[in-house]
Amino acid sequence: MADNNNLLIIAEYSQNRIHPVILELLNKGRELADKADLKVNVLILAAENIENSELNELIYHGADEIQLLINDNFAYPDEYLFKKAVLKFLEQKFPEIILIGATNFGRSLAPRLAAALKTGLTADCTELDIAEDGSLLQIRPAFSENILAHIKSDTKPQMATVRYQEFAKAARNENRKGKITIEEIDFKENDSVKEIEKISDQQINITEAEVVVAGGSGVKNAEDFKMLQELADLLNGVVAVSRDVVDQGLMPKERQVGYSGQRVKPKVYFAFGISGAPQHLAGMKEAETIIAVNTDPSAPIFKAADYAIEGDLYEIIPEMIKEYGSK
Amino acid sequence: MQILVLIKQVPEMEKVQFDAEKGKIDRNSAGVEVNPFDLNALEAAVRIKEKLGGEITALSMGPQRAESALKEAAARGADKVFLLTDKNFAGADTISTSAVLSAAAKKLGDFDLIIAGEMSVDGDTAQVGPQTAEFLDINHAAYVSEIVAVSNSEITVSTSLWEANYNKTYSYPLLITVTKDLNNPSLPSFKGKMKARKIEVEKLDYETIKEQLQIKEVGFKGSPTWVENIVVPQKIKRKTKRYNKSETAAAVADIKEILTAKNLMEA
Repeated sequence: MADNNNLLIIAEYSQNRIHPVILELLNKGRELADKADLKVNVLILAAENIENSELNELIYHGADEIQLLINDNFAYPDEYLFKKAVLKFLEQKFPEIILIGATNFGRSLAPRLAAALKTGLTADCTELDIAEDGSLLQIRPAFSENILAHIKSDTKPQMATVRYQEFAKAARNENRKGKITIEEIDFKENDSVKEIEKISDQQINITEAEVVVAGGSGVKNAEDFKMLQELADLLNGVVAVSRDVVDQGLMPKERQVGYSGQRVKPKVYFAFGISGAPQHLAGMKEAETIIAVNTDPSAPIFKAADYAIEGDLYEIIPEMIKEYGSK
Repeated sequence: MQILVLIKQVPEMEKVQFDAEKGKIDRNSAGVEVNPFDLNALEAAVRIKEKLGGEITALSMGPQRAESALKEAAARGADKVFLLTDKNFAGADTISTSAVLSAAAKKLGDFDLIIAGEMSVDGDTAQVGPQTAEFLDINHAAYVSEIVAVSNSEITVSTSLWEANYNKTYSYPLLITVTKDLNNPSLPSFKGKMKARKIEVEKLDYETIKEQLQIKEVGFKGSPTWVENIVVPQKIKRKTKRYNKSETAAAVADIKEILTAKNLMEA
C-alpha cells in the first residue's frame, strides 16, 4: 500500500542548482501540510549528486523527506522521460498534494504528469489553502489575469503550480531534522528524442533584481539602452523591456516583461517610454513602487504608477544618472 | 506531412467586461476571435506545408459559434476543419478537453505533427497541449520559439527551459506548443477567404469518439477540477503623484529620496 500521507514538492534541478522557487514552495507547502497533517517530501531528479549541504538547506526550510534520484538522462529537459520517472516514484509514495514551480519546464511537465494520473491541475496559483472539507483550495488568475478563480479538485493527488516569487521564502531553522535518500536509478532513454542540445544559457535573469529599469517604444534604438543600463548599474538593477522592443529586435526576449514575458516584482520599477498596455502591466503591476516617465500625459502607464513623470526620457535619464551617481 | 493544428475560440480580451461586484465575466460584452497564439501555430503549419507538402487539419472544441474560428483557420491555410461540438462536452477543464481532442485526433488520422498555441488568453493554463500529447502517448516540446530544421523524418525546435536555450530534435509523431516569437502570422489571402467561404466545417459529436471515451470522461463530468467561485479583483489602485513637464527636477529629487529610503543607493 502506498504511503499517501504526504505533500510532494517536485524540485527543478537545473543550472547546477535547485531552482530557488523551492524555498517558496517549502514555505507554502509546510503551511498546507501542517493544516492537513501531512509530511512535506521533496523529489529531485538530477544527473549528478547534489552536495549534502544543499539538500540539508531544504530540511532547514521545512522539508521532512528528500528523495534524490540520479540518472544520466536527467541532464536534459525531457518532459516525457521526467514524467515517466515521477510516475514510477509515485508507485511507492502517492501524495495528497503535489506542488511544482511554474517555471517553463514545470509548466510543461506538470500537465503531462496530471494527464497521466488523470488528476486535476491548477496552473499559476496565487494562493493555496486547505478548505474546511480538507481539500486543497486553489486560487488562480484567468482571463488574462482579469479574474481570480477559486478551484478545487475531485481527484488525488491535487496538483498545483506556483510561479517563482509568488510566495515568501520559508524561514530557515538549522535545528530542523529530516531524512535524505539518494539513489542512482536505472532508466531507459527516450527513443523518440534524437538530440537535446543546450545552445546557450540565458544571459540575464530579470526576475530576481530589486530594481528594474525598463524601456519601451520611447527608446529609439538599441544603442540608447546603454543609457538605461548605466542607470541600472548605479542602482544594482537590471534593464528590461516591453514587448515591442523585442519585436523590433532591439533587445532579447529574456528581458521582456509582461503577459508573454517575465513577471517581475522588484522594489522599484522604472517604466521609460512604456505606454502601459494591459499585457505589460500584467508583468509588473505588483512592483513595490512604480515610476513612469512618458511624454504622453494620457499614457495608461501613469494610472498604474506611484510616480508619473511627464517628460522626455532622453532628458530625464541623464539627469537621474547625474543625481544618483553622486552620493 | 500530416499536420494537425489545435484551435480555440476566445473572447476578444481587450473588450470583455468584468463585473467586480457580481464576480462575473460578461461574455456578451465582447466579440470572439481565434486565440492569438493559435494563429502562430497555424502559420507554422502553413510554412512547413509549403516546404514539405502535405495537409493541414484544424480541430477545435467549442459551441456552434466556434465554426467561425475554423472558417478563419481555413482562410489562413487549413485544408480540413473539424469542430467538436456537443452539449456533453460543455464545462470541460483541461483534462477532459485534452481527452476529447486526443480521441478526435486518433479518429481523424495519423498526424506527424500537432501544433498548438502555448496557451489560450482566456484560460491562461498552457496545459491542453502537453495533456493532449500525454493522452496520445507522444512526445511534446513546449514554448517553441523557432523551428530550426524540419524534414519528413525529423524536426528540430528551439525552446527556452531551465534558464537556457535548447535545440530539441525529435522523430514524429510530436506535439509542439508555440510562442508568439515563432513567426508573424500573415493575413488571410483573397484566395484563402474564398476557400473559407465554401468550406464545410465538419461537426463531430460524442458519438464520433464514444469508442474511446466513456460519457463520464468528457465535459464537466470528466473534469477533475471545478470552479467554486470567481472573484473579479479590484484593480490595484495606487495614489499617483504626477509631475508635469516643468517639474522634472523635483521628480528626480523625490525619486532619489525613495531610492535612499529603500536602501537602493548603496551600489
